Amino acid sequence: MSVAATLPTWNPLSMWYSDGWTVTKRNLIKIKRLPDMLVFAVIQPIMFVLLFSQVYAGAISVQGTDYVQFLMAGIFAQTVVFGSTFSGSAMAQDLKEGIIDRFRSLPMSSSAVLIGRTNSDLVLNTISMVIMMGTGLAVGWRVNSSAPEFLAGIGLLLLFSYAFSWVMALLGMSVKSPEVINNASFLILFPLTFVSNAFVPSDTLPTPLRIFAEWNPVSSLVQAARQLFGNEGTAPVPDIWTMQNPIATVLIGISVMLLVFVPLCIRKFASISSR
Amino acid sequence: MTIIEARGLTKTYRSKSGPVHALAGLDLSVPRGSVKALLGPNGAGKTTVVKMLTTLIRPDAGTAFVDGIDVVADPKAVRRLIGVSGQYAAVDENLTGFENLEMVGRLYHLGGALARRRAQELIDLFELTAAGNRPVKGFSGGMRRRIDLAGALVINPKVLFLDEPTTGLDPRSRIALWQVIKRLVADGTTVLLTTQYLEEADQLADDIVVIDDGRVIAEGTSDQLKAQIGGHRLEIALVDAADSDTARSILARLGDGEPLVTTDGRGLEVAVNDGPLVLQHVLAALGEAKIGLHDAGMRRPTLDDVFLKLTGHKADKAAQQAEGAELETVK
Repeated sequence: MSVAATLPTWNPLSMWYSDGWTVTKRNLIKIKRLPDMLVFAVIQPIMFVLLFSQVYAGAISVQGTDYVQFLMAGIFAQTVVFGSTFSGSAMAQDLKEGIIDRFRSLPMSSSAVLIGRTNSDLVLNTISMVIMMGTGLAVGWRVNSSAPEFLAGIGLLLLFSYAFSWVMALLGMSVKSPEVINNASFLILFPLTFVSNAFVPSDTLPTPLRIFAEWNPVSSLVQAARQLFGNEGTAPVPDIWTMQNPIATVLIGISVMLLVFVPLCIRKFASISSR
Repeated sequence: MTIIEARGLTKTYRSKSGPVHALAGLDLSVPRGSVKALLGPNGAGKTTVVKMLTTLIRPDAGTAFVDGIDVVADPKAVRRLIGVSGQYAAVDENLTGFENLEMVGRLYHLGGALARRRAQELIDLFELTAAGNRPVKGFSGGMRRRIDLAGALVINPKVLFLDEPTTGLDPRSRIALWQVIKRLVADGTTVLLTTQYLEEADQLADDIVVIDDGRVIAEGTSDQLKAQIGGHRLEIALVDAADSDTARSILARLGDGEPLVTTDGRGLEVAVNDGPLVLQHVLAALGEAKIGLHDAGMRRPTLDDVFLKLTGHKADKAAQQAEGAELETVK
């Protein structure tokens, strides 16, 4: 009768792996059962691709390249950044529903809930990405680089989204309700993605916005993706290090986000409880 | 032999109106294999105690041991021994009942096969077989509570913590849940439960700890506590307020304790130890004195009565209303 007597002592690594996978699976089942979430993750990027490529494209001209070629890297970056906010709202939601208390009362790996969260959001972001590429190809976007460069571009975007998920997860554990995170992240991410080089070249902006856009990390991500997809054209690139070396900048950014926010998240998780 | 031992537990929260002392040096010890109830109104600190003992929050001061393990120093070892079922059923709405329990089993590291077997056993035990493969979202409140309680039992824990297990349940579900808890206790599980209902503590617990404002204000068996406030309350309502003084002296003579009189003089109440027999005597005496009655009856003492006696103030409204539903009125 006593199951407790048979509780095995697992080594930390296999525990970490098994628990992380158990929670990931739980989150993926949720995506399957709540298809509206998936539909939103898929429809939104399609809408953005169509809006910019079909509605605005005629009015926006970019030096040295066709607008659709210029646009796609911007939409990829915007989508993975917005996609990561889901990690924050989902953590806040779990906290509110009390399931975090359940997890924290179990002898599981202390990072498993966060690993599971960021993993499943990476899956969701990957799905968005594939759909967007299909839509892009349908409206005339073409990759003008080698296969390894193309894959590196995809990898960089997804790695950025993964690292950014940890930032949002910390935010999600720090707010009082899931609604707060939705509103707050919108206020922060809207300027970050729109005041950048994602949709228009930054040199067309008024000076204060131009400076913001040039130093904006999202601009570096967009520039890196453009380079790796071979969509740069001949438009001038601002003469600052982060924009001249966008791939290195993004890799540094990803490392910093992971090094800072993974430990902060794990520490925060060890003290949170509903109410 | 105690299995839970806590000394001087203290927790202070900051709020806009100054510090709130959720716990102010609370001591608690629970003998192995017994059932202890923490009884108190909302905000008394019951949930805080449970959260500390289940490693969810750390005390500002004081120590707590579960089965000899320090909850602060080695939370993971404590988590391997305990099962927790909270006030707000902590289940994943989008998973089925079975999937919820299987997940918990895997996170206790039972492995897939054992986790699935145990999930099925619990689904059957809690009579959720028909609903086990549907998402919890569609479950009634009582079914959710049962799944949550099942989650706490995946490993047959040494110590089971139940934080207000029946709050918000309809009376039928409440009684059904009591039956389940009683079966577990019969199998030797140690249980620490919190409740706002004296009747629940009475039904389930060997020993009751009454807490208020983060402190223990009384402790003992249900009978010991009731003896402090009288076994029953006898209430009468007069037709004419002019009879108030006469009626009061009759109650003072036949009851056990000082009668309480409402401000309009027509409602009177006294503690009685002998129950119905005293009611008969009181009715006879009032009849002889030709005092007309609107109503007369007996009721069991409520949490409010305990509190009024012990602290001089009433427990909260919610508890008052819930207990009010259990009046036994004799016409």
